[in-house]
Amino acid sequence: MMYVTRRVEFSASHFYHNLRLSPEENQRIFGKCNNPHGHGHNYVLDVTVAGEVDATTGMVIDVKELKKLLEREVLEIVDHRFLNKEVPAFATKIPTSENVAVQIWDWLAPKLARGKLYRIRLYETPDLFVDYYGA
Amino acid sequence: MLYLTRRYRFSAAHRLYNDALTAEENARVYGKCANPYGHGHNYVLEIAVAGPLDPATGMVYDLAALDQLVQREVLERLDESYLNQQEDVFHHLVPTSENLCLAIFNLLSAEWPANGRFPQAKLHRVRVEETNSNFFEYEEPAHENSRKGK
Repeated sequence: MMYVTRRVEFSASHFYHNLRLSPEENQRIFGKCNNPHGHGHNYVLDVTVAGEVDATTGMVIDVKELKKLLEREVLEIVDHRFLNKEVPAFATKIPTSENVAVQIWDWLAPKLARGKLYRIRLYETPDLFVDYYGA
Repeated sequence: MLYLTRRYRFSAAHRLYNDALTAEENARVYGKCANPYGHGHNYVLEIAVAGPLDPATGMVYDLAALDQLVQREVLERLDESYLNQQEDVFHHLVPTSENLCLAIFNLLSAEWPANGRFPQAKLHRVRVEETNSNFFEYEEPAHENSRKGK
């Protein structure tokens, strides 16, 4: 099986707050990530598509097309945004990197014309990343 | 099972163009990658070996042997070359990075040395970075069950 990965980057801000918890509980669980004006990251997103190599083109998926898809379906929505306030998907769902990775999977999986979405890897910082392989 | 990965680098040119397609189809499929004189990349190649830990040496495989194999079978052929002219490697397939992964996997597995100390060590994965943003990986199907756990 062949795995093709395209990397893109975006910058966004977020904060962690659960409306069902008291301010004290939010502070205890999320610490400084609970600061109400948020904080930002330079996210690095690796999207991996799995498939067989097409005999005619020698490709699993055209990485230029994959990049366009990522720009249209992900970057235009999240890049330079305050995720909690500007991205409807995170109006009630806390934009942890786990939830962002799952959301990106849900945005991309139905739009992929070739191959099968295999993994979303989202780096929040160079030292912290989450992997999601679908439900 | 342990996985040992060694990273190598080489530079090569290629042109993505399939003679079975028309010029217009090639332009549509490959875009500027079909430009007639080709273009080059600084490829990063990662070779992963899987095997049990040898208790006497504390190693999975002999790195020097791996280096020699990769040097002889891959780097000496491909480094500073025009991949489209490597007929022995690509057998007239378009030298996309997918086909490059497969070709390198085949070159190495065909010459995988019988190594007395590490008889169970196997070629596990070939990973090619074409640019800082595009990565390609090939694994044999039998190994894929272990993939997510790493």
